[in-house]
Amino acid sequence: MPKSALQPKPNSIELASQTQIKPMTMNFGPQHPAAHGVLRLVLEMEGEIVERSDPHIGLLHRGTEKLIEYKTYTQALPYFDRLDYVAPMNQEHAFALAVEKLLGITPPLRAQYIRVLYCELGRILNHILNITTFALDVGAITPALWGFEEREKGMEFYDRVCGARLHANYFRPGGVARDMPAGLAEDMMTWVEELPKTLNDLDTLLTDNRIFKQRTVDIGIATKEEAIDWGFTGPMLRGSGVAWDLRKSQPYEVYEKMDFDIPVGKTGDCYARYLVRMEEMRQSLRIMKQCLEQLPEGPVKTNDYKVSPPPRAEMKNSMEAMIHHFKLYTEGFHVPKGETYTCVEAPKGEFGVYLVADGTNKPYRCHIRAPGFAHLQALDFVSKGHMLADVVSNIGSMDVVFGEIDR
Amino acid sequence: MSGNEALLDLGAHIAEELEDEVLNHSVVHNELMIEAKRGDICRVLQFLRDDKECEFKMLLTICGVDYVEKAERFEVVYNLLSLTHNQRVRVKITVGENELVPTATELFSTAGWFEREVWDMYGIYFDGHKDLRRIMTDYGFEGHPLRKDFPLTGYVELRYDEDQRRVVYEPVKLTQDFRTFDNLSPWEGMTDIQLAGDEKATMPERGWKPTDKTVGSGKK
Repeated sequence: MPKSALQPKPNSIELASQTQIKPMTMNFGPQHPAAHGVLRLVLEMEGEIVERSDPHIGLLHRGTEKLIEYKTYTQALPYFDRLDYVAPMNQEHAFALAVEKLLGITPPLRAQYIRVLYCELGRILNHILNITTFALDVGAITPALWGFEEREKGMEFYDRVCGARLHANYFRPGGVARDMPAGLAEDMMTWVEELPKTLNDLDTLLTDNRIFKQRTVDIGIATKEEAIDWGFTGPMLRGSGVAWDLRKSQPYEVYEKMDFDIPVGKTGDCYARYLVRMEEMRQSLRIMKQCLEQLPEGPVKTNDYKVSPPPRAEMKNSMEAMIHHFKLYTEGFHVPKGETYTCVEAPKGEFGVYLVADGTNKPYRCHIRAPGFAHLQALDFVSKGHMLADVVSNIGSMDVVFGEIDR
Repeated sequence: MSGNEALLDLGAHIAEELEDEVLNHSVVHNELMIEAKRGDICRVLQFLRDDKECEFKMLLTICGVDYVEKAERFEVVYNLLSLTHNQRVRVKITVGENELVPTATELFSTAGWFEREVWDMYGIYFDGHKDLRRIMTDYGFEGHPLRKDFPLTGYVELRYDEDQRRVVYEPVKLTQDFRTFDNLSPWEGMTDIQLAGDEKATMPERGWKPTDKTVGSGKK
């Protein structure tokens, strides 16, 4: 600071040029309705322009990766529900696939269909939550009221298949925990056919809404190169015009058999990401419909009793089945030595599990690659030079959930 | 498998071009893994990013692994993705305690937070990182929690103190000793691990062979 600035002459006309305004540091959160959780942002402001934003994360850090090292593979699975808790089964999927890869087993076809069905349901639930709360952040309340009604119906399908609305603990290495109850597929089909009406309603509320567009168009732009450099995945990457979706490019389970399209944005701003998510929900409905139509009969978990427990009825008669059951629920199964990085296209982007097995019944190391972690890191870069209110738009369009970012 | 062969070719290509920097390459579970020299990691990553046959332009994650008993106890693992060739690669380096790893932030913007996390969790220092603060743990936290010698329960617990009207840290008090059961047993078909005192249980004629690995010997 120049010396003259310290003692400004009150009547000088050059006052403005000599006075230096110190950038103001502002705290945003950790308790803030637009922070989508416990995010503390330290913002350096020049007037209302954001010069630098420094997200302080870790307020929801629960040491998931450490805890998993002390649990058997079966016990580790529920931790994945608690990461991105708006689409729990998608996370479980990554872990189940990683363990299956190391074990060298493939789940039966019906289980694969059920998993894909529920992952797409999870994607819809996630996007409904994101779009409606995003709209809420920028001033629209109605989408949240309408969207949550449908979301609740979707959660009911979680409830009916596994007994819990949120923390499903449904997928297993080698299949799923239990078969879908009778009548569920039919009810799901009805929901799948009815949901487009709600999506169209959301469309009419937001897509051409002048206020919504003023708050999102040209805000937080990331070009193709920048998106790749910052490790964006999922709708964030596609919003920037990169046609990349693991379900198409590196298909797992039965995605290869599904007929669906990948929406790609053109502008890379908050509005493009919103549009991508809207279209993804419609595509997910297409996948769900195909799953329900093609759903084959058969077992829902592998019949290798060294990995998955035998049926209850068999346990009552067969000593061997009894032993298997006992061993699986005390010792758990052993995973051969090895390591893998397995990932799925979660609603928020690429969710990966880097699993190191040492041949025992517990993972030696389980690193979780959360898409939101990479996205939030780029907040500083996408918000630079924007107004304070645009930071809220950026956070909303990044679809951050602190369960997965803080782990 | 054709995918496997493509990966083997790619691995051979990388090993050839980076003769001095790459120690080893292998394809396991259809995943390409490259072991690199610690000091040359930036050169390796840059080659992987810019080479026409690689184009691993996206750095997905950096993570640490702690192998306590090894001389160089830590591993730093980089997972990269090539959007143009639709391939993945995993690069590994080993690091001893109190040794530096060159930062990858100059090459990939996304490396910043991942390196901060590795620093926070394992105490691996990244040389040249401009902002290597802790990221996950609390302000003023001591220790590196994902190290294998850091106890699961931690050292301190915090609570709100009504008298002082603030949050205070206290040493962890456990009402019951922390117990961890490994439940390991030689379960035929699932494991080749041999437990101390259980040698009689070996049944080589049914495909289960004793090994020199003995788990659970030092336990009381």
